Amino acid sequence: MQRSLKKSLFAAVSAIAAASLTGGAVAFCGFYVAKADTKLFNKASKVAIMRDDDRTVITMANDFQGDLAEFAMVIPVPVVLEEGQIHVTENAILDHLDAYTSPRLVEYFDDDPCVMYERRELMSAMPMAGAIEEDGGIRKKDSLGVTIEAQYTVGEYDILILSAEESDGLSTWLKQNGYKLPDGAEATLASYIKQDTKFFVAKVNLEEQAQTNLKYLRPLQIAFESPKFMLPIRLGTLNADGKQELFVFTLTRKGRVETTNYRTVKLPSNMTVPVYVKNEFGDFYKTMFEQQVEKENERAVFLEYAWDMSWCDPCAADPLSSDELRELGVYWTGGGDQSGIMPRRPAPQAQDVFVTRLHVSYDAAHFPEDLMFKETGDRSNFQGRYVLQHPYKGDAQCDAAESYRAELPKRFETEAQTLANLTGWDIDDIRNKMNDAGQSFEEPKNDSWWKRLWGNDDKEG
Amino acid sequence: MKGLLNDPRIYQIVTLSGLLAFGWLARAFDIDPVHFIAILLTACAAQALGSFMIATKPDFKSPLITALSLTLLLRADTLWPLMAAAAIAIGSKFMLRLNGKHIFNPANIGIVAMVLLTDAAWTTPGQWGTAIWFAALLAGAGLFVTYRAARFDVPLIFLGVFAASLFARAIWLGDPFAIPLLRLENGALILFAFFMISDPKTTPDGAIARAAFAGGAALLAYVLTFHFFINDGLFYALAIATLVRPALEWLDPAPHYKWGDPVTRPKILRRFLPPLKTPAHPAPAE
Repeated sequence: MQRSLKKSLFAAVSAIAAASLTGGAVAFCGFYVAKADTKLFNKASKVAIMRDDDRTVITMANDFQGDLAEFAMVIPVPVVLEEGQIHVTENAILDHLDAYTSPRLVEYFDDDPCVMYERRELMSAMPMAGAIEEDGGIRKKDSLGVTIEAQYTVGEYDILILSAEESDGLSTWLKQNGYKLPDGAEATLASYIKQDTKFFVAKVNLEEQAQTNLKYLRPLQIAFESPKFMLPIRLGTLNADGKQELFVFTLTRKGRVETTNYRTVKLPSNMTVPVYVKNEFGDFYKTMFEQQVEKENERAVFLEYAWDMSWCDPCAADPLSSDELRELGVYWTGGGDQSGIMPRRPAPQAQDVFVTRLHVSYDAAHFPEDLMFKETGDRSNFQGRYVLQHPYKGDAQCDAAESYRAELPKRFETEAQTLANLTGWDIDDIRNKMNDAGQSFEEPKNDSWWKRLWGNDDKEG
Repeated sequence: MKGLLNDPRIYQIVTLSGLLAFGWLARAFDIDPVHFIAILLTACAAQALGSFMIATKPDFKSPLITALSLTLLLRADTLWPLMAAAAIAIGSKFMLRLNGKHIFNPANIGIVAMVLLTDAAWTTPGQWGTAIWFAALLAGAGLFVTYRAARFDVPLIFLGVFAASLFARAIWLGDPFAIPLLRLENGALILFAFFMISDPKTTPDGAIARAAFAGGAALLAYVLTFHFFINDGLFYALAIATLVRPALEWLDPAPHYKWGDPVTRPKILRRFLPPLKTPAHPAPAE
């Protein structure tokens, strides 16, 4: 069994997968509050959280697809934010973070079984997460026990920070200002109000937005200090039709982040799957994720990536630069990019940033409480990594080649079983597709020794 | 043989081992067996050393229980924080004593010390699946039988007060009860209640003091967790409660517990319940 693995290939599995994952508009901690009856769905969100002691920077991606005038977002925040604590950044940074942490596909090619070789590695690709948010407009009003603590225009957003004495007043206020609240919102708002939570309300300022010359909304960022390390998801479950997908990327100093009130489970990883999966990696990943969600009774948060930001192996994308990290709130990295980043190898000067990617599919029934996090001291690396092992296709003629080929059907069967277990796909379909892709389950015919002697295959008979 | 059955530690060892094995088999925990071995060897070595220094015969049941608890509750990337926790746990039994009893619950102080002093070890309160949580609950319930009523009040009072606090909070906030239930469905909490705070050696001997101890620890744990947002509030609460314990014992004095003793009951209960037998047995070392 001296198959050696060599060469690699960057299998770009592309953003098609991403599209299928994220689909459409999304809301995360907030809820969509459509002014018209536009059907807005909260499907997937991307949130990056920098956390160091009490310091917190939350970046919320926004891939809202509808009429910008109808975009509205309400987010519970622990403190009244000053204007300088709110910022708008670029989508590209979150996309980069998403790409860097995505589950990846790695390809290996068996070497000629008749030659011994050393192994090398190969490459990756992945579906990207999807995400978003929305925002809402507002007019100042001071009644109903609702206080506008502050009002800013930041980037293309008009932002209000509200505090309220009671939920009825707040919900009335929001309704009067054109927000449609989902049923049950009052109870949830009341709970937040009693916990002395403020409300960050954002809408799009159409004039400012036009000046950006962008067709999309940029991610909103908020920076604050709070002992609470959590992400409010309860409001977002209220008007969601079905489950929502949430990707949380944390940037910390000590190590991996996990949830304390829900189980955090590692996504199955490092499995060898049939080579045809290369063409449907997005589908594979999505189906596998859904399977795992069910297996954990729909109550788990999944760990998809945990890594020191200074390197990666294999890299689905280069690590983020110091500038990008600073933009996301990592205040302790030096300004100016020293490009100390060496993919595939620990960097000489560590960035001292540990990234965790969590993926959760949630609804109110299975995730009644907000996500509460804790940072652990765990710095061990984990990545969602799936392996393609291409059989040797050359015309090898030797004893080793014979035993190599004899082993292949067994190996393919294992791959088929693995894939069936991970995805719940029909095993026969898998075998058929493998056959079509050149992974045959047929036992190789054992040529007679005299055929190999003269190589006269054509003359048999 | 009878002495063995009278000692609830045997039951604890069996059930904690069973939980650990079940956790491994169900892949509920991400625990390296080497971690357990390192913790166990360190704990036993510390016990042997301590016993040698006070010239008693070492008894390895207690360090085994401490090692199992630490393995279930504490995590680290490397071995040293786990070994340090085990050494601190057992060392505290011999070195931090008052009125003939050790002050801290061994596994508790091992965890608190490592979590407070280093970033290298951490607890994983959310990482117990429903199955293992249920198993822990069953194991804890079984403990009543073996304790034969001794100290059975501590986990009940602790869990009762903690649960009442959670539900009161939910009612005050208008939250669905799914939230407090979610918080109670926590394997670490169950393990803590049945196998850590209930340790008769570090709970007050008087029944009233014990109730105050368990209830106070629960309230403290609640406040630390929900008002100060401290993740390991549970463990800090017990460490603080054990520090206050001597004062409680002074207010409600009672004979010290020895392994196998039945519990003392409040006077009011003694009027209704038959008197407890007090088995004579040798005082076990630690």
